[in-house]
Amino acid sequence: MKPFELNPNTDIAWCPGCGDFSIRKALIMALNELALDPGQVVMTSGIGQAAKMPQYVDTNFFNGLHGRGLPLAVAIKAVNPSLTVIAEGGDGDMYGEGGNHFIHNIRRNPDIAHFVHNNMIYGLTQGQGSPTSPVGQLNTVQVEGVINEPFNPLAVAVSLGATFVARAFSGDIPTLTRIMKAAITHKGYALVDIFQPCVSFNKVNTFKWYQEHTYYLDEGHDPTDRMKAMALAFETDPYPLGILYQTKDRSTYEEKAVVYQEDKTPLIHRRRDLKAVEKLLNA
Amino acid sequence: MHNSFAIVLSGEAGQGLQTLEELIIASAGREYYVYSTKEIMSRVRGGNNTVEIRLATKPVAAYQEAIDYLFLLNDHAYDRLKDRVHENTLVFSEESYFKGSEQGLKQILPLKSMAGEFGSPIYVNTLLFGYIAGILNLNPETCRQLITARFENLSPEIITNNLKAFEKGSRASEGINLPEAIKKTSHPRPYKILNGTTATGLGALAGGCNFISSYPMSPSTALLVFLSNHGRDFDVLVEQAEDEIAAINMTLGAWYAGARGMVTTSGGGFALMEEGLSLSGITETPVVIHIAQRPGPATGLPTRTEQGDLNLAVYAGHGEFPRIIFAPGYPEDALKLTQKAFYLADKYQVPVMILTDQYFLDSNYQMLSFPLEEEPLESFVTETQRDYLRYKLGDHPVSRRGIPGYGKGLVKVDSDEHTEEGLITEDFEVRQLMNDKRLDKESLILEDYQSAELIGPEDYSKLIIAWGSNYGLVREYIETTDRRDIAFLYVKQVYPLHASLRDFARQADQVLVVENNATGQLAGLLKLHLDIEVTDSILKYTGEPFSIEEFESLLKEVLK
Repeated sequence: MKPFELNPNTDIAWCPGCGDFSIRKALIMALNELALDPGQVVMTSGIGQAAKMPQYVDTNFFNGLHGRGLPLAVAIKAVNPSLTVIAEGGDGDMYGEGGNHFIHNIRRNPDIAHFVHNNMIYGLTQGQGSPTSPVGQLNTVQVEGVINEPFNPLAVAVSLGATFVARAFSGDIPTLTRIMKAAITHKGYALVDIFQPCVSFNKVNTFKWYQEHTYYLDEGHDPTDRMKAMALAFETDPYPLGILYQTKDRSTYEEKAVVYQEDKTPLIHRRRDLKAVEKLLNA
Repeated sequence: MHNSFAIVLSGEAGQGLQTLEELIIASAGREYYVYSTKEIMSRVRGGNNTVEIRLATKPVAAYQEAIDYLFLLNDHAYDRLKDRVHENTLVFSEESYFKGSEQGLKQILPLKSMAGEFGSPIYVNTLLFGYIAGILNLNPETCRQLITARFENLSPEIITNNLKAFEKGSRASEGINLPEAIKKTSHPRPYKILNGTTATGLGALAGGCNFISSYPMSPSTALLVFLSNHGRDFDVLVEQAEDEIAAINMTLGAWYAGARGMVTTSGGGFALMEEGLSLSGITETPVVIHIAQRPGPATGLPTRTEQGDLNLAVYAGHGEFPRIIFAPGYPEDALKLTQKAFYLADKYQVPVMILTDQYFLDSNYQMLSFPLEEEPLESFVTETQRDYLRYKLGDHPVSRRGIPGYGKGLVKVDSDEHTEEGLITEDFEVRQLMNDKRLDKESLILEDYQSAELIGPEDYSKLIIAWGSNYGLVREYIETTDRRDIAFLYVKQVYPLHASLRDFARQADQVLVVENNATGQLAGLLKLHLDIEVTDSILKYTGEPFSIEEFESLLKEVLK
């Protein structure tokens, strides 16, 4: 059995045909191709079908509360920067419930990878509109159609200074794997918004729909051009796939943190000097 | 009450009252028994804020209502204090601030014109410091050092002017004295002056806290500021979170990965953290939470004091899981209990809360130094083996806690009900076993119960119970009352409550509980958990603390 892989008899709680299976396959391939040690990787997530991912990858994980995968990830990386940290979840989890954390962690630029399954619908709670649902989508709550404009995660990320912004499609495992590897190895916050079909609740944005309504950025795309990336983030139908933006010029949260200015030892390996506390007490 | 003397400074936000308080108490604290407390309005400028500096013949840690010397620092500084002024109160003020209706003995103090020779009204405060230092006959060298240290970042000219202003103020106080009894009191031992916030912060450092993520909210923020100021020297990662929800989830992530983290917040912020508290409960991830109480509901009175969030702390979080709640009443205890909070959180893998309030955090106390305990720094983190199971069921409800990257095992934790390995399950039997595992920790927690302190005669027949910031108040009453049948039980661990408290209550024919809330929350818990019959509750919920005089008179009404 390959590292990160589970006993093949494991009961996986996703619907047959769900895009999550392909994303899982790509993730495990990416982790193995990077030759990472499962003991040195931590996955965090919130709640939702996508957020169950850590359950199905044999590594350390903290599967927390709905929307709160990012705060966990940022703190884990901050107190032990030697770990590889990945936060994963769905569009409702990361852009809805966890929207404030999404915004502010882009500003922090922690050295983590952030994989967001985007199927434009709520799956686990059975078919309500999500932050990325297109206007007019008919579902179980918005029975006469979604009236709010969809959230644009890529434009938000580029505008706030995210250092790695990509979009992938679950139906193309080799490319998804390549983009995931680039995100994991990127120094800083790396967002990969992953288009995926929801076979149970989204009858419009199907596998075929994504194939027909997306295109890959060509080799000539310059990912360091932020204004170009912003323009691409606003493109719809067809939606661009690939690494829209990447910069290596910004320091990470961990690099900037005061506790790592003079000493690179992970915080958790340092010991408190009680004598120093006593000195402060008696000052 | 003890023989004491209250000096009150009344001004407005932005006038430098706090600096003045710190200078006076730092210098007076070396020669007198002294305590200071402040009350402030929720505004950055203007309004009316006051500082009380209480000198006494014995150590005191309670607020005195009657003012002996009152300093008015603007033309609207008197009105709110008129009930605290008596016929012998000396009222010091610029002539123009007097309106004629003031009680007490008027004493014109022309600080503004005195500041004229230095070319700026900014020297008024140092003049006043000099004036008060003169009244108290404080060691001028100590005061000069404090002034120099306070203004060290300013130009030499400003420092020189401040020192001159101090001398001038000091000389101007000639003829104004303290009562002989207070003046002659000197205490032999070196006290450290600190407020409740600093004591709590020192406790966090002594407990190995190396991570804090919080969102600013009065009166909890000063602790975040304290740790921020010491972050570099003590390796504490300080992060101002985007909201309280992020704060507690980050802190849980930090503990999961092997740090010792805390959050500091007030009732409203803690309400936002409740789901995170529950996450700590099911994942058995330790966390330390400082709840600095202020009056609610909702925004309430942001800068005032109350003990209204005990029930919130006890019942917060959905589902059933154990927790520990401390309510320190004096600085040494705030330090020791906060230190212990990190240790017990780690030992039992539960949330531990420190319940303080604005009155405790912002008051300045004298504390004798003591050696710190090494034990609370002991880590319970285990090196994992390949077959490691985070939630291994066994005889002991506390399974060994590994962290990622330390050992050969994997650390899997989940907010869903989970198996020993940390995988999601809907097996009802496993659910019950895991729930029992978590709840069974409470009996172990009680073995580490932080015992209540009995103050007063052991053969009492009346028992006053208090928690948190009312410690100094009730203690002073017990020390000064003529009655020999009353004792004080200070409950510092308010949850879970230990059965030993029942024995204390059983001896008394009258059990009185003193609380700064409207519904008698501790009294309710004592009845619910220990079947202690509380005969009287003495409650105050105006947003102010009890004064010692008020407390004495309330007790007189109910004591049999």
